[in-house]
Amino acid sequence: MDKSLILLSTRNTATIFKKELRSYFNSAVAYVVIVVFLAIIGWFHTSNLFLMNVASMRLMFELVPIVFLFVVPAITMRLLAEETKAGTIELLTTKPLHDGEIVAGKFLAAWALIGVALLPTLFYYITIAFLGRIDNGPVIGGYLGLLLMAGVYVSVGLLASSLTENQIVAFIIGFLMALVLFMFDKVLFYVPESLTSIFEYLGIDYHFSNIARGVIDTRDIVYFLSVLGFMLYLTVVSLGRRRW
Amino acid sequence: MAIAVRNLTKFYGQEKAVDDISFDVKTGEILGFLGPNGAGKTTTMKIITCYLPASGGTVEVDGLSVSEQSFEVRRKIGYLPEMNPLYHDMNVVEYLEYAAQLQGVQDSHIRSRLKEMTEVCGIGDVRHKDIGELSKGYRQRVGLAQAMIHDPEVLILDEPTSGLDPNQIVEIRNLIRQLGRAKTVILSTHILPEVQATCDRVVIIHEGRIAADGTPQQLQSQFRGADQLALELKASVANALTDIVPKIKAVSSVENVTYGTQEGETHRFLVDVARGTDVREELFRLAVQERWVMLELSRRATSLEEVFHKLTVGS
Repeated sequence: MDKSLILLSTRNTATIFKKELRSYFNSAVAYVVIVVFLAIIGWFHTSNLFLMNVASMRLMFELVPIVFLFVVPAITMRLLAEETKAGTIELLTTKPLHDGEIVAGKFLAAWALIGVALLPTLFYYITIAFLGRIDNGPVIGGYLGLLLMAGVYVSVGLLASSLTENQIVAFIIGFLMALVLFMFDKVLFYVPESLTSIFEYLGIDYHFSNIARGVIDTRDIVYFLSVLGFMLYLTVVSLGRRRW
Repeated sequence: MAIAVRNLTKFYGQEKAVDDISFDVKTGEILGFLGPNGAGKTTTMKIITCYLPASGGTVEVDGLSVSEQSFEVRRKIGYLPEMNPLYHDMNVVEYLEYAAQLQGVQDSHIRSRLKEMTEVCGIGDVRHKDIGELSKGYRQRVGLAQAMIHDPEVLILDEPTSGLDPNQIVEIRNLIRQLGRAKTVILSTHILPEVQATCDRVVIIHEGRIAADGTPQQLQSQFRGADQLALELKASVANALTDIVPKIKAVSSVENVTYGTQEGETHRFLVDVARGTDVREELFRLAVQERWVMLELSRRATSLEEVFHKLTVGS
């Protein structure tokens, strides 16, 4: 399997990616996600913006990680669970392609959908930039952080989707796993002092707020990419479990 | 493109699904894989198509091992899994394109392959419909088209006609025979006439073991027990008949199989005679002598059904 991870064919990955992305946009999923995103963020963002009277997108960057907790598992829940349930996974895995290509294609499709859903929020940025002087550092960092965070949640959701053939179960597992990552640095108060630094390091929001401050540190990037990579690796292992 | 299965064994946990089976499929042959549900047909096919690993034994497709050279094997095989899983939200063309790309068909060839498959499988009319909207017969055709989109040398079809109506079954069967001419085909079924209609050779599998292997004709003659005659008579005293007929030498038993409300004094009998003997003439003379009116006298050949029944239940 190690060999298979290195030799991923971009053509196969691209084929899966296109199919999944098209399936998002053919069904209502993509549009629902985009609308939910814009509605929630638009409401909470603008309703407090004038109260705070500061030209920043901080509110949005505080809100989106929580919205992600619900939205991302909803996007990823069907990716593998549905294939297992319908039996199409058997078609897919008897074609000459690696399990890693299947996982990569599906991961990228869900990630891209989140990216597409985030795009219209740039409109808020433009509005705020009109209203006052905005500090661009935290905005760039914030968006980068959101994308990395979404990547981690997508990989977690994909793993959850590979574990069951029931989409609702996949959603709940994905949500809980993402919640655990999110809560690590929120429970420091209850954790023995010797463990606080570990918990803090494991917390996804800790790294996100570092980046969102506008400080792009490789340690944070490494955290996101390693969790993401590890989750995808586990997904490939889980997909191959019929061979055990 | 021969397939060689040697001492194949598969465990699901403690349960043995396939127990040390060996058989060969020659190039260009259509092999019928026959057995009751749960006999191990599907498991064997899943191993040949590289979906499941074997617990023991080897499978080689054209000299390539399914465990060692799974990639090369998968390129050569077209597979229609049991229940024909499909993406219901894709339309036919999208789906076949997707399958072709994943099978590694070159982009420049995809269009022509697609055209050919929609023509051969007769799905041209529905090519822009969502698969979810198609009837079962059409879905089966789409499944077959998918399996053959890359012009594979080996076709593995798991119950390709299950759930179809009789007309559709005939159509799909003809399609398989037509397409199977140049390919090595394994098809599983538990419908016996299907095997007689489509296959060059039959492997009967029961409880994970091979119970019989041969051409349909071979199996019929091999498992022929006593011959049987069907006899229909008009006679006033039915009981006398079961007493008189056994007096003919070579008749081992007579069974009255008259249905409840048959007209008048018509009676039906099944007469078992020793293998290879013919007592029809004697029966005729007897009927004349006793003044019975003979309505039917025919020989019943052992059908594949009986062979199957004997092998899977009788033992």
